[in-house]
Amino acid sequence: MGSSILSIIYLIGSVTFILGLKMLSKPDTARKGNLVAAAGMSLAILGTIFLYRVNDAPLHNYGWIFAGLAIGGVIGVLSAKKVKMTAMPEMVSMFNGMGGACAALISIVEFDHIIKLIKNLYAPVTDDHLVLQLLETTASRGIVVIILLSLIIGAVSCAGSIIAWGKLTGKVKDFSFGGQHFLNLGVLALLIGLSVWLTVIFPTAPATGSIIFYVIFLLALFYGVLFVLPIGGADMPVVISLLNSFTGVAAACGGFLYSNPVMLTGGILVGSAGTILTILMCKAMNRSLKNVLIGSFGGGATGAAAAGKEQGSYKEISLNDAAVVLAYANKVIIVPGYGLAVAQAQHACHELEKQLEDKGVEVKYAIHPVAGRMPGHMNVLLAEADVPYEKLLEMEDANAEFPTTDAVLILGANDVVNPAAKNDPASPIYGMPILEVENAKVVIVNKRSMKPGYAGIENDLFFQPKTSMLFGDAKKVLQDLLGAIKEV
Amino acid sequence: MEYILSFLHQHIDLIYIVILSVFLGIEVISRVPSVLHTPLMSGANAIHGVVIIGAIIVMGKAEADNYLALIIGFLAVILGTINVVGGFVVTDRMLEMFKGKKK
Repeated sequence: MGSSILSIIYLIGSVTFILGLKMLSKPDTARKGNLVAAAGMSLAILGTIFLYRVNDAPLHNYGWIFAGLAIGGVIGVLSAKKVKMTAMPEMVSMFNGMGGACAALISIVEFDHIIKLIKNLYAPVTDDHLVLQLLETTASRGIVVIILLSLIIGAVSCAGSIIAWGKLTGKVKDFSFGGQHFLNLGVLALLIGLSVWLTVIFPTAPATGSIIFYVIFLLALFYGVLFVLPIGGADMPVVISLLNSFTGVAAACGGFLYSNPVMLTGGILVGSAGTILTILMCKAMNRSLKNVLIGSFGGGATGAAAAGKEQGSYKEISLNDAAVVLAYANKVIIVPGYGLAVAQAQHACHELEKQLEDKGVEVKYAIHPVAGRMPGHMNVLLAEADVPYEKLLEMEDANAEFPTTDAVLILGANDVVNPAAKNDPASPIYGMPILEVENAKVVIVNKRSMKPGYAGIENDLFFQPKTSMLFGDAKKVLQDLLGAIKEV
Repeated sequence: MEYILSFLHQHIDLIYIVILSVFLGIEVISRVPSVLHTPLMSGANAIHGVVIIGAIIVMGKAEADNYLALIIGFLAVILGTINVVGGFVVTDRMLEMFKGKKK
């Protein structure tokens, strides 16, 4: 009876995951979709705790289980509630790493279980039931392969996510050295080799098998670090999305291990949807996944651009002049980018917008699909600052409005307004759709310095006669602008 | 070879689920607007937290004297729960901000 109810619960859980993902991919239903999936998950978890049977016996250790759930739940809610909107990507990365770690830990326990059974085989066996179980175990190399898959993928995902988190928070610097790709391939080959070896020898040499198993675990962690380390910080969203689908696959391995359909569907769904999402993200940036992973993009392009052509000179604009330009414009379009997110300037930006509106200026925002560190990042940030949704223009609409715009204020965006994407077939970002800000009458660019954006290429826009630069941290500049406009 | 075949045969229903889920996953999200990439990723992140079920099973069948299973299982339950709970809450927070969006 209990088991039949549990299988129905798992069926419902799987369906809610599918529906949830489906709803999450449409703006109108997204929030409900998240709740649907969460409800299914809660049901599946509760069902497992109370109805799962091992050899017809219910689960025990309830104290431990509920303590774990309570501790994890409190940490999860607190960290999710407290995190700033700008720090979303690294938070997701951290959660993802924990899922990966969870999968790896499960593998460790399950492997230990198998090794113990085999060791008992060599001890005098008295229990017939045990003998049966042992024969079954030694025959199931397939199970060990699944355990290894779950261990390796989970560990890579965990270590990789932590490095990605470190990069986004600035705690880990980009780091690459010559021959790194070879080292990575070498470690990967070693991992596969050891896994095959372990699968062959473990039934006859359980002691050696355990040692190899832990070596594989450490190597997988090491590989996760190596895998993410050379990839540029700006590409982290793509990497996180990829690691996300890894963890999905690791969870699915767990589903295979326990013949648990809800883990299997949930894991594989995330695995495949995550992979597609990763590819979509790359597409939005007009890059290939290979490019991101090998990470040659930034380095190679800088050299080419530097050798390519002589850059002209740029001109700076003072705060007061900028204030006058903005205050006397009829229509201003603000182009937010990563600089705005880093400086957490979304509220100051909204203040500026309100102040300009009070002066009768029409203010809108032009949102490039990949502005910021993650697609949709800017929408989330500006929504947090209560910027009305109607003010946010999608790229096509914004491009239609630039010719009638008096002033464009660019806040820490770079590559998404680089005309090279349209004009220069040799440019690495050629073909990427951009915001055509140069069609406006005046362009004011706020940046911290003349350093190129993450694509690592110079931006001709900054050297055009109608462009002027306003250097400084976005938040500080916006606050100063507020004061200056007040006095105009 | 025979061994691999029999392994596949034994688990054929699971393999069906895997393959169908792969296509389903691709199908379900192939037309997502870029605005939703971040929340969708975060939502998917919460869903793979389903691995917590494995952790609960490990924990729940561990014998009282098997300290390795108890300690590691306990840790796994905590980590898995953070993944699930944190994932869903963070996604909800992100999506909450899109609320004024519908017209």
